[in-house]
Amino acid sequence: MTAITADIVAVPRIIRSPGFWHGVIRRLSRDPVALVALCIVIALIAIAILAPYLAPYDPAKTSVIRRLKPIGTPGYLLGTDELGRDMLSRLIYGARLSLVMGVIPVPIAFIIGSTIGIIAGYAGGIVNTLIMRTVDVFYAFPSVLLAVALSGALGSGLTNALVSLTVVFIPQIARVAESVTTQVRRLDYVDAARASGANAPTIIVVHVLSNVLGPIFVFATSLISVSMILASGLSFLGLGVRPPDAEWGLMLNSLRTAIYVNPYVAALPGVMIFVTSICFNLFSDGLRTAMDVKS
Amino acid sequence: MLAYGLKRLLHVIPVAIGVSIVCFMLIHIAPGDPLAAILPSDASAELQAEMRSFYGLDKPLPVQYALWAWRALHGDLGVSIASGRPVLGEILSASINSIILAVAATMIGFTFGAVLGFLAGVFRGTWIDRIASAISMIGVSVPHYWLGMVLVIVFSVRLGWLPAMGGGPGGSDGKAVGWDYLRYLILPAITMSVIPMGIIARTIRSLVADILAQDFTQALAAKGLLTGQIMRHVIRNAAPTAISVMGLQLGYLLGGSILIETVFSWPGTGFLLNGAIFSRDLPVLQGTILVLAMFFVLVNLVVDVLQSAIDPRIQRS
Repeated sequence: MTAITADIVAVPRIIRSPGFWHGVIRRLSRDPVALVALCIVIALIAIAILAPYLAPYDPAKTSVIRRLKPIGTPGYLLGTDELGRDMLSRLIYGARLSLVMGVIPVPIAFIIGSTIGIIAGYAGGIVNTLIMRTVDVFYAFPSVLLAVALSGALGSGLTNALVSLTVVFIPQIARVAESVTTQVRRLDYVDAARASGANAPTIIVVHVLSNVLGPIFVFATSLISVSMILASGLSFLGLGVRPPDAEWGLMLNSLRTAIYVNPYVAALPGVMIFVTSICFNLFSDGLRTAMDVKS
Repeated sequence: MLAYGLKRLLHVIPVAIGVSIVCFMLIHIAPGDPLAAILPSDASAELQAEMRSFYGLDKPLPVQYALWAWRALHGDLGVSIASGRPVLGEILSASINSIILAVAATMIGFTFGAVLGFLAGVFRGTWIDRIASAISMIGVSVPHYWLGMVLVIVFSVRLGWLPAMGGGPGGSDGKAVGWDYLRYLILPAITMSVIPMGIIARTIRSLVADILAQDFTQALAAKGLLTGQIMRHVIRNAAPTAISVMGLQLGYLLGGSILIETVFSWPGTGFLLNGAIFSRDLPVLQGTILVLAMFFVLVNLVVDVLQSAIDPRIQRS
């Protein structure tokens, strides 16, 4: 008798499936494009962290005699900017503020937006209507316009830019969170949990969160690319970080006047924004494909 | 369709009121006294007191909003601090340029995006699909303000074929049709077209692939129709969604033109907005954002209703 029980208990352990995330990682590891993109993103983050050790010069050190040197000048591999500052060092240091401005708003908006959206989706009824109509108002602005409006009113500066971008992304994430939560809420197993006496917080934490966070997360990763472009765009308009800080969008703006003298150096900060943005996009695409169990 | 249009309109009105509240609040989230934001810094004490009561700044916020909204509805968006002219007039004269640019960009973007997406959807999984997908990926990932700079570097600085900035020869006020003016439009329009191109290509690719996977296209092939005839059915089925995406993109481009208009000094609403930010001209900032956001809401409504008119199956709940 005891032997039989032990057998029955042992069976589920043997046939246990490796789990959803295990499969996602396995599928991702077979996607060379997503992997290369992820490696470049990790490298950019490493460059940002290790900037003081990697940069050959002080990014703020100006010099009147070596202004706008072309790419390949001995000692100044990527040339110098309009104030004679070393471009390579500024691009390396620029990764810090550019990544902070571009990436940080998305996780903050992810936390706030999914909280709002899940509450609205789970509660339904009047709560849903109130929350979602408010979200609709912010969603009714084109993203660029809302970001510019808020940081234009608040004034330039890193914090104001971060706040503006976060406000831009909260409604987008909240809408996705609301729609997936509404779908999950109607499923039979949620009804079953409610029938068996589970209260709302338990159902949300145990049954809803585990099923909605994945899709919301994938959507949020796709926003990082947009956020990078928007964040640097704000700096480009003079609404993000202030000079003399090194940030790619701001560098692009201050080098605009140099396109007649040294066009290749002037275009460099944009290359960095482009590479970062496309790598986040490619990785997000790979992640979405890997998480799509149906295909 | 009329009923659906009315239903959408009823849905849009609260959103429009909400949008106007956000725009109204812009002056109040700005640091400092709102009065300082709408008056020049050297305004006399009497003028300040007069304007405070004129704008109702001594009254509670909801009353202030009602007064502001009432004036805005009658076309009074205040006076520009920088130029001293009424804000609405400045916006209207700038918006013509923005509309020209956005329409041109949407047309270019739609043409190339539709061709790319169609080819990618028909030849799904082949090298054509991969190239088209790569182009649309680049289109949605490229910082367009940088792309504008690169195009200026290539076509203006290096080759000298096209002007680098401005809305036309001899300033920007003249309006005429002709090569002299068209030259100024080419680079900004191409730069701007990259955004809708990528999105439209992606949309049409998945539409075409979905339609081709449906039974009816196989039935058409079994019936003996030629490939070209089958494609006509595919296009007719993809058109309503594709056109509505195009309409929404036009709205996005009109509202989000600030970066490209700044790069090219194109004298539209985005350029006006940039100037207002630079000089902290809050009435212009607020007015421009209000007009652009309202226009975007309107475009959304029109696209929704038109789409349901073309294809009654599609009605947003």
